Amino acid sequence: MANLKIGGMILRSLFKKPATQMYPVIPKEWKERTRGRIEIDIDDCIFCGICARKCPTDAITVNRTAKTWTIERMGCVQCSCCVDVCPKSCLNNVAGYTSPDVVKIVDTFTKAEETPQVEEALKSDAVSVPEATGAE
Amino acid sequence: MAKRTIIPFGPQHPVLPEPIHLDLVLEDETVVEAIPQIGYIHRGLEKLVEKNEWPEMVYIIERVCGICSFGHGWGYCKSVEGNLGVEVPPRAEYLRTIWHELGRIHSHLLWLGLLADGFGFESLFMHTWRLRETILDIFEETTGGRIIFSVCKVGGLRKDVSNETLDKIVVRLRGLEKELKELTEVFLDDVSVKNRLVGVGALTKEEATSLGAVGPVARGSGVSNDVRQDGHGAYGELDFEPCLEEGGDCYARCKVRIRELFQSIGLIAQAVSKIPDGEIAVEIKGTHPAGEFVGRMEQPRGEAYYYSKGSGQKFLERIRVRTPTNANIPALVKTLAGSDLADVPMLVLTIDPCISCTER
Repeated sequence: MANLKIGGMILRSLFKKPATQMYPVIPKEWKERTRGRIEIDIDDCIFCGICARKCPTDAITVNRTAKTWTIERMGCVQCSCCVDVCPKSCLNNVAGYTSPDVVKIVDTFTKAEETPQVEEALKSDAVSVPEATGAE
Repeated sequence: MAKRTIIPFGPQHPVLPEPIHLDLVLEDETVVEAIPQIGYIHRGLEKLVEKNEWPEMVYIIERVCGICSFGHGWGYCKSVEGNLGVEVPPRAEYLRTIWHELGRIHSHLLWLGLLADGFGFESLFMHTWRLRETILDIFEETTGGRIIFSVCKVGGLRKDVSNETLDKIVVRLRGLEKELKELTEVFLDDVSVKNRLVGVGALTKEEATSLGAVGPVARGSGVSNDVRQDGHGAYGELDFEPCLEEGGDCYARCKVRIRELFQSIGLIAQAVSKIPDGEIAVEIKGTHPAGEFVGRMEQPRGEAYYYSKGSGQKFLERIRVRTPTNANIPALVKTLAGSDLADVPMLVLTIDPCISCTER
């Protein structure tokens, strides 16, 4: 009987499409909760370093003077611990894993410093808005 | 006396997913003695407690094993919660139970596949792992990870699952149950499978008790030692009996695990029907563990211990994990003595060895 069972199962699977996915031809559909990789919104980061202190694998390095946030992609275990502790909520999990490589990938994010010209432009915008409002 | 030969088995061997070394002392084709040796995969995870604060340590402890990872995370949390005297909300306990039982199904299906691969039944192996994929999909949808979940934390859980999703999970498990019935009949009734398993490596009830065997190895010999019966988590409110078999051989151990597959599906259905609404975590602020506590868990492979010792600091002084494979190695050595050389792979596989757990 058991031989018939496995025979039937094998025959059925002969006429069915494969149970496996033709990756990477058919891309993987990520689930809503998939903890793929950690990404940072560097403009919001205040370089407090809590994420680096709480990281169980020491994959994150924060440099406050150089305004850089660095992650060792192969050291990160996607536990989302940094996401939970970030006071500015600028860290989050993004679906999709980082691509495989033969060297240890290190991603560094640097916060762009606001130049004087940009600050002036911002100030002039701030001045021009009430004027425009007043004209109306 | 026949001439004795020593054959090294492992650390690299086709049936071994992980490295363990056995020196098999043979007389002709019969094993007269087996000398085990471990130490190939030690990672020093317990030592990391000195540089990781206790709330973050859970993410390291659940990496002790890739198969029963949820159980390890839960065991550590249980130990630290006991240390702190924290009461976990009932909904969190139910969800923990559901994930733990899903982990048991996933672990037993993985083992059945490895067993089929071990005795050379490749199509059975492929079909077993095809069914296991259903469980991994459920894990990914509910926790965000397929193998390592990172949802358990000291004091409760990090993520909730809606009641609608839980109902859908039960429907999917009922569908899986039908396919499992068809598949497990092959393990239990096929002549070629029975030839490899029935009467091989028999362990009597007395031997299993005196050697301290745990989990399906002990239950296959009729020893009732299911830790879930002490009522931790939501198990106290669920109706179940431990799966016991009397044979004590490889077939009995296989049968126990197959029965536990269906038992776990039943337990999940019961837990989903009884799950209360409410909080999933309690906030712990300003206190650190300052005593000793031992938590016990029934992992898919058997009973595991989690010891934690704190000194009121943010770093624990010591943690200790005693895993089921560690307890089952004496029983393995006992069954190996007197067996045929050709049966050694089956004997090693039927204790479901997890060497990463053993060495941590």
